Formats: sequence, structure tokens, C-alpha cells
Amino acid sequence: MNSEIQQFPPSRHSTVSHEQEHGHSEDAHHQENAHHEPNFWQKYIFSSDHKIIGLQYGITSLAFMWLALMLMLLMRWQIAHPGKPVPIFGPVLASILGQPAAGGVISPDLYNSFGAMHGTMMIFLGIVPLAFAAFGNYVVPLMIGAPDMAFPRVNMASYQAYFLGSLVMFVSFFIPGGAAQAGWTSYSPLATSIPTHGQLFWIIGMVLLITSSLLGAVNFIATIIQLRAPGMTWMRLPFFVWAQFVTAFLLLLAFPPLEAASLMQLMDNVAHTSFFLPTGLAVGGNLAHISGGGSPLLWQHLFWFLGHPEVYVLILPAMGAVCEIIANNTRKPIWGYKSLVYSVLTIGFLSFIVWAHHMYMTGMGTKISTFFQATTMIISIPSVIILTCLFISLWGGSIRFNTPMLFALAFLPMFGIGGLTGLPLGFNLSDVHLHDTYYVIAHFHYVVAPGTIFGLFAGLYYWFPKITGRKMNEFWGRVHFVCSLIFMNIVFMPMFAQGMAGMLRRMSDGGANYSAAMNSRAGADVVGGLSDNMMSLHVWILWAAIALGIAQIPFIINLFWSIKHGEKVGDNPWQATTLEWQAPTPPPHGNFEHVPHVYRGPYEYSVPGHDTDFTPQNEPERPVGSKVSLATAH
Amino acid sequence: MEIPYTVKPRPDTGIYNAKVGIWLFLASEVMLFGGLFSAYVLLRVGADEGYWPHGWLDVRLGTLNTVLLALSAITTLLAWVACKVGQFGRFKFFHACTIVLALTFLGVKMYEYHDKWIHYEIKLKDGRFADGHMIASDDTSVTIEGRYVTDEKALYDLRSQGPIPRDEIKISRSDILSMENYGPWHNTFLALYFTLTGLHALHILGGTLVIGYLWGPGSRMWKKDPERFTNRIEVSGLFWHFVDLVWIFLFPVLYLT
Repeated sequence: MNSEIQQFPPSRHSTVSHEQEHGHSEDAHHQENAHHEPNFWQKYIFSSDHKIIGLQYGITSLAFMWLALMLMLLMRWQIAHPGKPVPIFGPVLASILGQPAAGGVISPDLYNSFGAMHGTMMIFLGIVPLAFAAFGNYVVPLMIGAPDMAFPRVNMASYQAYFLGSLVMFVSFFIPGGAAQAGWTSYSPLATSIPTHGQLFWIIGMVLLITSSLLGAVNFIATIIQLRAPGMTWMRLPFFVWAQFVTAFLLLLAFPPLEAASLMQLMDNVAHTSFFLPTGLAVGGNLAHISGGGSPLLWQHLFWFLGHPEVYVLILPAMGAVCEIIANNTRKPIWGYKSLVYSVLTIGFLSFIVWAHHMYMTGMGTKISTFFQATTMIISIPSVIILTCLFISLWGGSIRFNTPMLFALAFLPMFGIGGLTGLPLGFNLSDVHLHDTYYVIAHFHYVVAPGTIFGLFAGLYYWFPKITGRKMNEFWGRVHFVCSLIFMNIVFMPMFAQGMAGMLRRMSDGGANYSAAMNSRAGADVVGGLSDNMMSLHVWILWAAIALGIAQIPFIINLFWSIKHGEKVGDNPWQATTLEWQAPTPPPHGNFEHVPHVYRGPYEYSVPGHDTDFTPQNEPERPVGSKVSLATAH
Repeated sequence: MEIPYTVKPRPDTGIYNAKVGIWLFLASEVMLFGGLFSAYVLLRVGADEGYWPHGWLDVRLGTLNTVLLALSAITTLLAWVACKVGQFGRFKFFHACTIVLALTFLGVKMYEYHDKWIHYEIKLKDGRFADGHMIASDDTSVTIEGRYVTDEKALYDLRSQGPIPRDEIKISRSDILSMENYGPWHNTFLALYFTLTGLHALHILGGTLVIGYLWGPGSRMWKKDPERFTNRIEVSGLFWHFVDLVWIFLFPVLYLT
């Protein structure tokens, strides 16, 4: 567009000019640094360095995940023992939240709040910021040989928007009426009808969080397109970078429709419009004073247009991390790198046209259901390709079973269970039976909890030495792994059975009102109901969930203890090939001392004839000193 | 290491960082407004027969605003070209025009909002409706400039009715069953109208602030780093063109149908 009027023709890119230019600016930078050393606030709070921002995201999101886990434990107590006061935490809750937790008992309203906020926090305040923003920020620029993100100050603004949004969400617990109660999906008109300002806080929080991920997504894509080091061609990108690239596109394009929907729900709340409120809506037995004419289906369409790509936002970064760790610890190239790349791109595209498989029960019509059923079946193909590539990569490797690898290996079957149990939900016929039951809960938790979170744990243990220069304790890492794996499965596996038996989700009494025991008391004309076996599983799940919570304590202690006391290691403790391990540890501001040049693909492990079993991406083809022109490197 | 390609284009992609950034941002904006436009489609298709308003908005004012924004698109382009060829004075002139045009647009929009705000539909106890602009009101009566109708549907399709009478009508409060102004709560069309044009007006305001900054204090960069400054003008201009484009869709969808 501007090539004709271009007054400043781009300088010809050559190795020499690049390095001269670079050397000059680096000097200037050093001088600048000598003048004012950044203080604590500049360095850690208002930093524009991608690594610090990554850590800020990581710490905040881990804190919110812990909080969301606590909410879940309280809910599980209420489900297993409806109406009984919560031991130990009950009085604390009663003193903080007052009436909704009177006597230490979780009221149904409070249960609904906790349910909505558990989902919201885990997804929007926990896993997306951890998987995408924290790992992506810290690792992606290092992996592609960039000095920072393309827009460092936008990056800082992204974290601040996230922090503000999370604060708004958190504060909503303490307002009169409590936090949002309409589930993480916030279906209208339910969300607009519940008399609490929590929903308003939820919407404002979401708008801030969406702004944050928008800024992040723009930054990631621009960084990956523009700041790849010389020689880092697209097919030499580590798979983790590809996964983050696609994730960023999903966030960029799928979040705005939810922002639009949030704005409309905000208008419904504040300006009393009727975007999602149908004519004749009755609230509390009275006809609502609204203009009507709105469409509840509209909210669901807009919500799930985000909601489904969001699932891949959650899973892709974890897949990327698992792929890096598997290649590194099998000491062989990943099997089917190109298949992985094309699969992840296909997933990215298809994830935009499967959303209405969440809506088979809404009465939107069988023709639409059939279309979305077809696309849903198709999207499982690239997912299975990715999983298969990772499984085949294990074949014939001399596998190192360290903590990151254990988590990465566990990811494969766990994600497999989660993914395959999704197929019955994708067929609209079987979904009619399974919709909104515990089966759904089990399915998506298998994808996200032992799937994504295990992938992220693997990543944490794997990249920790790059951040701190020390490894996390291996023994406690294994304890964390084994306990997490066992208890995760005890928590979620029984839910498949409960769901197939017909136990609905979102019931604060865990279905006690629909149990066979209750029905037999009601009289002879009521038969059936949830069996005692199904109901008693709640107690098992409760104790397994508590054990799962306790199993995270060694991890938390390990994480902080290892910062100071972990085993000291060098720049490349895992003998890895990708660029982040070729940078100094911890990487200084600007990451690399010199612009790294990339000469090979990301997974050159055990190359025959090479002295070591790994060949870093920036190791020249010819001995150092001979002239390597950039043209051949491209 | 410093961040490369902040000003110069990267050789293999051919563009500098900020331009990639703004195009990505605009892609997400397309999805944002796309979500709202799809809401418009779904709600309009689902509206009750005869209850979708026609001719509620003043086409003349809409056309005026369309022309204003189209002109501002031209001045934005000329401002960027002026930077490209190094004519700072011309840049100042053209972007001053842009800002004036944008503020005029917002002024017209405010007038239109106000016009709806004082427009009341009054349901009378005898079953009729009084509809018009509020002139005066006190404890005992309200005075509007408008008309009486017996069928509420007559208030919806104004386009097929010819000129609408605007008589001064004084109504006693004791005759009024209920009254409501033409705010976003009045019906779905107005909800969409206020939300869509309101969000668009916020974009206009944001764009004006950015262009105003670059025109005023931000233009000092011209002396130090003209190339970088020109890039900023280009990037902000791309945003401005997008905002114009949104209006090109809003105008027919809201005013002309």
C-alpha cells in the first residue's frame, strides 16, 4: 500500500549492518542503565520486561487457582453433607460472609456463588493467565530468540488489566448479595434476574480480563511474526511457539464476541434493556417490567462462540509444553513435527465452528445440531493426531523419568480420557441423556485438570531452572506427581458413573432430593431415583478432593524453597536444543548477549555423528569462524 | 539486545511491529462489532410482526454524519501523506480538520441522543397513546409537541405515514397510565441503537484523543524521529479508517431500514 510513497526505504538487511546497528544500541543501553538502576517498584511491579510480567502472571494465577481449589473443597463438603456446617472453615466463612454462611453452613445461594466463581476463577483468572500469559510471556520470546515482546508497555498494561479484573472478581464476594450466582456461563435471563450486584462485578471483571487477553494476544502474534531471530523460519519454531501462536489467535478473535455479549448484558443490568430478556419474562412470580423482545439464545450463541475456542486456549499451551518436554526427555526428535503444526492450525480454525454443540438442548433445531455434530466429530481428528504423534515419539526413546517428564507422560492418557469421553457429548442423541450431568463435569475436568494442569505442572518443573538457576526438588516433585495423579482420578472417575446414572450438576445438595432414599420416604407412587451407591460416591470424592488439595502443599513449599535452596544448575540443565536454554540464566534484560542465529530445527536430538546427543538450534552448521551468510541460513 | 523493527520494516514480512499490532487489533474489533451486528440480525429477525421501528432516526442527520466521517477519512490520509513527504505544516492543518470533523460528529450524535431522550410515549387511561417531545411538565400535567394515536403500531412505522403532526398537547397527569422516554429501555431497536452507536461514539472519542495527542504534545517527536512519528500517524490513521468503516455499516442498518 505504501511502497510508492515510501520515503524511507527499508535498509537492506545484512548480517554486518544488523550487528553494527545492534552493537551501537546496546552500548547506549548500558550507559542508560548505569545512570539509574531501577528500584524495586520499577523492577518488579511496573516492569515492562516480558520475564517479570510472566512471573507476575504466574504468581497471581497460581494464587487464584489455589483459591478456586478451596472453593471447590467447600462445595464438595456441601454436596457430600448437605446442610451440615463445614468443619474448621465454617466459622471463618460465617464471620467473613455473614448471612449466606450462617452457622458455618453453606446456603444454596452461596453454593451457587462458589460454583460460578470456581469456574470463572479457574478458567479466566487461573489457567488462561498461567498457560498463555505466564508461560507464553516468559518462554516464547526466549524460544524465538527475541529480546522482549514486540510491545513491552502494552504487555505491562495487559497484566494490569488482568490484575484489576481479578481484583473486581475477588471483591464481589464481599458485597451485599455476594458474588455472581449464574454459573461461569452466566446464562441470561437467569444472570440478570438474580438480585445481586455480583453479576455486575462479574461483567466488569470480564470486560477487563478480555481487554487484558486482547492486549496479550496482539502482542504474542506480533512478537512471533516480527521478532523471530535470523534463521528462525516458521518450520523451525518449537511446537510450543506454534501452540501459543494459535492460542493467541483464538483469544484475539473469540473473546470479542463475549465482550460484545458482556456489554449487552451490562446494558440489560444497568440500562434495563432487553437484549437477552424475552417478552413475558416472569421473575419471582411477577411479570418483569421490561420491554421484552430479547433472545436468551443470543447470549448462549455469543458465549459459546468464545466458550469453545476457550477450551483450546486452555489445552493448546499445555500440549505445547508437553511436546517440548517429551522431545527433550526421550532424546529424539518429535515424531511428525509437521503433522503437529498442521493439526494445531486445523484445530484453531475448526474451533470457531463447533460452538453450538453446547446447545443441543436449547431447541435451536435439529438441522443446526446436525451441522455442529459433524464439525465436532471432525475437530477430534487433529486432536487425536497430536496425541498420536506424542505417543509415537516415545517409541524407542531412552526416556528420562524426571518430574517434568512424569507430568508430561501422565498428560497423555489423562487428556485422552478427557477427549474421548467428549465424543458422546458431541453426538446430539447421546447428549440428550448426558447434558448437564456429572458426566459433563467429569469430561471437561479430565481435559482441564489432569490434562492441562498436569501439562502446566510439567512446564513449571521444566522451566524453573531457567528462571532461577536452580532445579526444584526431585523427590518432592515425584511425591506431588504420584499423589496428584491418584487423587485426581479418584475425584473425577466416579463422576462419569454418577452422570450416566442421571445426577445433574449444579445441585447444592448433590442430588439428595432426587435420591432413591428420599423418594422411598415420599411414598409408594414415587419410584427410582439416584441409588445409595451413587450418592455415597460423594463422600469418596470429598475425601479424595481434600487429599488432592493436601498433595499440592509439597509443590507450593518446593516452589518457594527451591528458589533459594534448590540444586544449582547451569544454563542448560536438561541438555535441550531450543533457544531459551542457550540464553544466560536467569536471562538478563534483553535476554541474549548477541542476536542468536538459528541454523536448524527445534528437535535435533541424538543426531548421528554429533559429539553430544543434542544440537542447539543456534549451533552453526560449519565450524565457528567460517563465514556464514544469512542468506543460506534463511 | 534492543527490540528490532520498531520503526523499520522487517525485510521478510515487509512491515514494522506496530502495523502488525494495529491490524491484529482491528481484526479483534471486527469480531467485537461483528458480535453486536449479529445480535442486531437475530433480534430483528425474531421481532414481533409490525413492531420493528422504521424511520425513527433522522436520515438527514445520519447523512451529515456520514459525510463528516468520510471527509475525516480523507483528511487523515492527507495528514499521513504530508508526513511522508515531510510537510509538517500541512500535517498540522489536515489533522486539525480531522479533529474538528470528529468533534462535530460527536456533537451531532449528542443532539440525536438528546432528541430521543426527551421523546415520550405516553399511555393514556382511555386506551390512546400520546407521542412526542416533552416541552414542559409539572405536578399536574405534561406538555408535549406531538400527536395522539389509537393504535400503538402507528408509532412504529413512521416511513409509510407521510409527515407526522407536531401539535402542542397538554395532558393532565391524572389521565396518564404510564409514560416512558425513548431510551435504550424503550424497545429492542433503541437498545441496539444506543449500544451500537454508543460504542462507536466511544471509539470516535478514543480515536480523537489519540489523534489530538499526536497533533498536540505528541507532535514534538517529529523533530527527533520523523520516521517513527509518521508510523504513529499511519497506525492511528488505520484505526480511524476502521471506525469510519463501522459507521458505513451502522448508517444503513439503523437509519435507512
